[in-house]
Amino acid sequence: MSDLPTVPAAPAEAAPSRRSGGRVRVSGTDRIFLILMVAIPTVLVVAWVWLPAIASVILSFARWSGVGGLDTIQWIGTENYKNVFTNYPPFAPALRHNVLWLVFLFVLPTLFGMFLAVLLDRELRGTRFYQTAMFLPVVLSLALIGFIWQLIYSRDQGVLNAVLHTQIDWYGDSRWNLWAVLVAAGWRHAGYIMLLYLAGLKGVDPSLREAAAVDGASPVRTFFSVVFPVMRPINIIILVVTVIESLRAFDIVWVINKGTNGLELISTLVTSNVVGEASRIGFGSALATIMLVISLVFITIFLSTVMRGEQR
Amino acid sequence: MTSATTVTRPSTARAATAKTRRRLTPGRVILYVFVTATAMVWLFPVVWALLSSFRDYNYPSLHGYVSLGGFTIQNYLNAWEQGDFTRHFLNSLIITVPAVLLTLFLASCVAFVVARYSFRFNLILLGLFTAANLLPQQALLIPLFRAYRSIPLPLWMSDSGQLLDSYWGLILVNVAFQTGFCTFVLSNYMKALPHEMYEAARVDGAGVPTQFFRITLPLCRPALAALATLQVTWIYNEFFWATVLMQSGDKFPITSSLNNLRGQFFTDYNLLSAGSILVAIPVLIVFFLLQKQFVAGLTLGATKG
Repeated sequence: MSDLPTVPAAPAEAAPSRRSGGRVRVSGTDRIFLILMVAIPTVLVVAWVWLPAIASVILSFARWSGVGGLDTIQWIGTENYKNVFTNYPPFAPALRHNVLWLVFLFVLPTLFGMFLAVLLDRELRGTRFYQTAMFLPVVLSLALIGFIWQLIYSRDQGVLNAVLHTQIDWYGDSRWNLWAVLVAAGWRHAGYIMLLYLAGLKGVDPSLREAAAVDGASPVRTFFSVVFPVMRPINIIILVVTVIESLRAFDIVWVINKGTNGLELISTLVTSNVVGEASRIGFGSALATIMLVISLVFITIFLSTVMRGEQR
Repeated sequence: MTSATTVTRPSTARAATAKTRRRLTPGRVILYVFVTATAMVWLFPVVWALLSSFRDYNYPSLHGYVSLGGFTIQNYLNAWEQGDFTRHFLNSLIITVPAVLLTLFLASCVAFVVARYSFRFNLILLGLFTAANLLPQQALLIPLFRAYRSIPLPLWMSDSGQLLDSYWGLILVNVAFQTGFCTFVLSNYMKALPHEMYEAARVDGAGVPTQFFRITLPLCRPALAALATLQVTWIYNEFFWATVLMQSGDKFPITSSLNNLRGQFFTDYNLLSAGSILVAIPVLIVFFLLQKQFVAGLTLGATKG
């Protein structure tokens, strides 16, 4: 409908990637421009993202109320980490919930999203409608999704209790609330994965499938032995996206009860330790560092996957 | 329902004629039933919110759940007033517009250099930017929060007198986080631009500024449009930074103001449904009108490689 041109799915294919302009002479003023163009954004990203990340690691070895200047910091070695693991009751449930979040997202919404993408890739009539329906939750924030699902989960007026003839407070009851939240989060995640995977499937060379069909392979067989292996980069991206999303999960839980009573997550523990009344900077930083280390492992996998193309 | 559903692309049209000869096997019937049921389930929460938002609270309790009628817009008026939506929508606007413009501009700058000149640190630079976008925000919260509290701003920039609790602080943190993703997408896009054009420009004596503003940016319009759509949605939806970096309630953008509205809204079904729909309106506009742009932006980043 809009007059804006659509972006080609894979612009890199348009031209073979070449080392562009390797031997170009750059004049004095141009050099200054180029330096500024890189330096200003780099300073911003380093100062706002990387320095705080490093500072989190350093502060995790300290005891500090955060009130006084830097000279009031006491260095206490690994004591914060010892406390996290042995002397902090919410940590074990939070870690368990994060792992459960990951396993759930992966086993249900991720695989379901991939499955639907494969189905929708088979020239169904009205495929745009189905894609559009799945895509709807992707534009909503998880905080808002928490609100919208309260209409379903509410104890007195919710749809779910009306259908099941139960009286459960789905967000409030710690036996159920994590599952309730996971269903709502999975609703969004499946649509997201479906979109990514469908785009990947569209990029698969059709002649591969034709060749498999000529050889008499069934569609299922063709998918698993031809299409799936070719999709390796996108499979890895989807895995990493799922891990990162599970680790970052915060909004929906915070909006429901600030991550308490069965909804503890590492991200909410970090936040409560700083923003709450008792700000325990060193301790919170130890939790943050644990998150940082886990995420960096997967970010490295992600970068090495997507940047393999650059090297060629 | 959407304009997008009516679009038949030539390729699928051709495929469809080939397929019509294929009989509707039981397998295909099951397939259609399955995807239709899934689509219905997926649409249900939003459709339900929309329906309840227009209904009088007492009507369903008198006439039963599935009854129709008792339609009113009173819920919207109440939600708007009690949630102070004018204020919060304005805050979202103040934060989102400059943040998106600045993000796209800075990302274009870095992407231009990375795409057109090969320096030894190009890959490192790209990694530095892309990884920054993927880090969990909470891992950076503590030092950033502390630094924001001790960085003073003149009162004309921030009535709190510091970076904490100021629009500036929130805009900058959003820009720092989102620049990575945009740089990554734009650098791939710029690498595919025809090389000859730059050579011709150089022969004509065009310097870097001309090459950047007159050649590269206009050619990147499709990618910039897709990214702008995506970034408007993401920054509008941003919850975490606004929740922790804003201190006074009247400065929260709409998404993080949900946190304060919870107590009121979770107990009142009408406020909840109307309020949710109101908050969703900007992104629903994206959904209905700019869907292509949004999907293009999203998949451009992921499917490359």
